[in-house]
Amino acid sequence: MNSAQHEAVSPRAIVAGHGDFAAGLVSAVEQITGRGSLFIPVAVQRLALQEIEQLLRSSMLDAGVRVIFTDLQAGSCTMAARRILRGMDDAVLVAGANLPTLLDFAFADAGSPAQAARHAAERGRGAIAVYEAAP
Amino acid sequence: MSLVLYRIDDRLIHGQVVVGWGQPLDIGFIVLVDDEVAVSEWEQELYRMGVPPEMDVYFHGAQDAPAALAQYRTDPRPGILVTGDIATMRHLVDNAAVDDVNVGGVHFRAGRVQRLRYVFLSPAEEDELRDLAAHGARVSAQDVPGARPIPLDELLAGVGR
Repeated sequence: MNSAQHEAVSPRAIVAGHGDFAAGLVSAVEQITGRGSLFIPVAVQRLALQEIEQLLRSSMLDAGVRVIFTDLQAGSCTMAARRILRGMDDAVLVAGANLPTLLDFAFADAGSPAQAARHAAERGRGAIAVYEAAP
Repeated sequence: MSLVLYRIDDRLIHGQVVVGWGQPLDIGFIVLVDDEVAVSEWEQELYRMGVPPEMDVYFHGAQDAPAALAQYRTDPRPGILVTGDIATMRHLVDNAAVDDVNVGGVHFRAGRVQRLRYVFLSPAEEDELRDLAAHGARVSAQDVPGARPIPLDELLAGVGR
């Protein structure tokens, strides 16, 4: 058995956003790489702003992670995460994350979490493309 | 166009407001009436950074908001006013002639009962909503523009649909 196929990985980041965004992205990472357990999906559908902040903060502290990916600049999770960053100097937020972002982060085995997050953000930004039918 | 939506939403300015309502209504500005945010430059900057650059955000506390609303109502751009709780909206109903209130999001907290997927209310808050209606405001719940507006009596009879 190839040990890489059943590699145990500790969480390195939180993923949070609207609806089932987080669970969907993490399940996609798992399907593609088998490294879905690097990410903790957080759902916030029933929660008010303060409760979202508490949940994200406790999720980060419990897992010992300092990176959080969210979906939308104006979203509640992004707002809550930015408040968390204010008192957590080593934390990093990537807002507007997509699947290529998380895939890049999943394979960032070297460097600090902040470096990995910045690199992943660039990869995610560059992975958006538009194709039009040829005339 | 003036203010086209008066919304109670404990998430304040977020995706549903900026994108869900903001894009189809072509919103040019948002008025956030919240006493805590009104005295915090840092919080205000946080909300400004969450909206598109072409959208203005204005901040007021409950006490100074009624006087300011007269100006916003003459703004040629469509705008949304948001309060984080029912009591603040009640103040505007009484002092700024707000007559149509959108319950957009009151989320889970201890002591609240779920009435809709996005509305959880304590008995005191239910009374506050009834008071809004008794003071002349039409009250309905609607999280996004494409959803059916749910009248107050139906909202209060809701069991988490």
